[in-house]
Amino acid sequence: MRHTRIKAAIAVLGLSLSLAACGDAGSDDEGRDVEAEEVEEGKFEEGTKMAELAEAGKITIGVKYDQPGLGFKDASSDVPTGFDVEVAKLLVADLGIDPASDSVTWEETISDNREPYLEEGRVDLVLASYSITDERRKVVGQTGPYFVTGQQVLVKADSDIAGIEDLKGKTVCSVTGSTSLENVEAAGAKGAPADTYSQCAEDVLNGTVEAMSTDGSILLGLAAQNEGELKVVGDEFSEERIGVGYSLETPEMCDWINGVLEESFEDGSWAEAFELTLGGSGAETPEPPALDPCPAA
Amino acid sequence: MDVVLDNASAVALAFGYTLSLFVVAGVLSGIFGTLLAAMRVGPVAVLSRAAAIYVTLVRNTPLLIVIIFFRFAGPKIGLTWSFVDISIGDLNLNNLYAACVVGLTVYTTAFVCEALRSGVNAVDLGQAEAARAIGLPFSGVMREVVLPQAMRASVPPLASVQIAMLKNTTVCGVLGVLEAFARMKGLTNDYASSRTEIFVAFALIFVVLVEVLSFASARLERRWRVA
Repeated sequence: MRHTRIKAAIAVLGLSLSLAACGDAGSDDEGRDVEAEEVEEGKFEEGTKMAELAEAGKITIGVKYDQPGLGFKDASSDVPTGFDVEVAKLLVADLGIDPASDSVTWEETISDNREPYLEEGRVDLVLASYSITDERRKVVGQTGPYFVTGQQVLVKADSDIAGIEDLKGKTVCSVTGSTSLENVEAAGAKGAPADTYSQCAEDVLNGTVEAMSTDGSILLGLAAQNEGELKVVGDEFSEERIGVGYSLETPEMCDWINGVLEESFEDGSWAEAFELTLGGSGAETPEPPALDPCPAA
Repeated sequence: MDVVLDNASAVALAFGYTLSLFVVAGVLSGIFGTLLAAMRVGPVAVLSRAAAIYVTLVRNTPLLIVIIFFRFAGPKIGLTWSFVDISIGDLNLNNLYAACVVGLTVYTTAFVCEALRSGVNAVDLGQAEAARAIGLPFSGVMREVVLPQAMRASVPPLASVQIAMLKNTTVCGVLGVLEAFARMKGLTNDYASSRTEIFVAFALIFVVLVEVLSFASARLERRWRVA
């Protein structure tokens, strides 16, 4: 059984690679096509959340709408796009639900409501650039990471600033209520809070602030949007481990999520999702991160 | 509560920003509001019309839009306020702070003007006529006779305007000043398990600040009451 699945996965990978080779690089707006898997009887144990979701054929996923490359939805599109969304699609497909259908509800979660939404059961999973922290693990379940990123600095293209070290005592923009802002302060710079990342980029462009800082992946996206005017500089000075959030009431989901992630690392669908989304901004596809073990239930 | 106490210095600094925004914009809007009110009730038609237009325009514009105008439209035409860079202790009053103060001042000035005008209207017309009859010029009439009485009558509405301004400073939290609201969002993001406590603590501090203001205004009212 397991063998045939791996074979099938390899076949799919080979096929998709050859397709990708002859097709164009794909427009940025379109994600991967992920087909729902057949869920045979007994795949999920009776009474688990996964069985319940597969049975109902419906799932609600919390994603961000405002982060290009990770979770982004513009006014004209129906579904969000980005790396978080691609990973979510893999999980959805494993439950036997078609990720492209209306059975999947993409609920917008902002930084502040991710935990409440999980606790209330308003969303089943959260994939919203959700950094894994011990503090958050007190109230919700988090597993992964499926992506590890770090904070860098975005400056004007003609600036001599080479990294966060050059910004001591200077004003650096980031989004309110994000770990980025605290890291900036910890590095000795003065934090300037903003509502969105694009607002920060605007400030950097017109010279109101010297630099902005957040996860490198987001900065690359912004630099790509303003090519020739902005550049990403310096080494990563923090480590953000982006994981999947689930409710503490359904701890059985952890093993399942890790299983699906592990499979996607092996069969290449993870790498492919990366290339289609974040890879577009010039980043090399990294090695898949090591997953945290699930807490003993 | 522990979270707030553990981060006491950061929280104190954040409220330092909140209070400094309030004090600076409060004083400036007090000065400009008084001038504007004088223009509005004065005998020069052009000035009075201009003041009326200012009030209509600014009072009908949401605060956020007023501040965004100075924060984002200003820099577009080269006005980055970069000449402002003052540090008082840990407080760093930079160009973003300046833009926020200007926005708050412009907005609150319209309300201060109207609060004062209500006070001026409460002064009996005979007072102004009597002042004029003894030969005072308009500035004298206003300074010596009308405004002192008008101020007294407008303490309650002025206090309301400034209390609203104290709370309006939170808008600056998403526009570049790391004040109480921005700090609260930072803390709730970091300490997901104690969100309610953080929220309640910040709300309580605001209640205390507003209570202090209300108390001060009540004392002023009592002190200036005509026996």
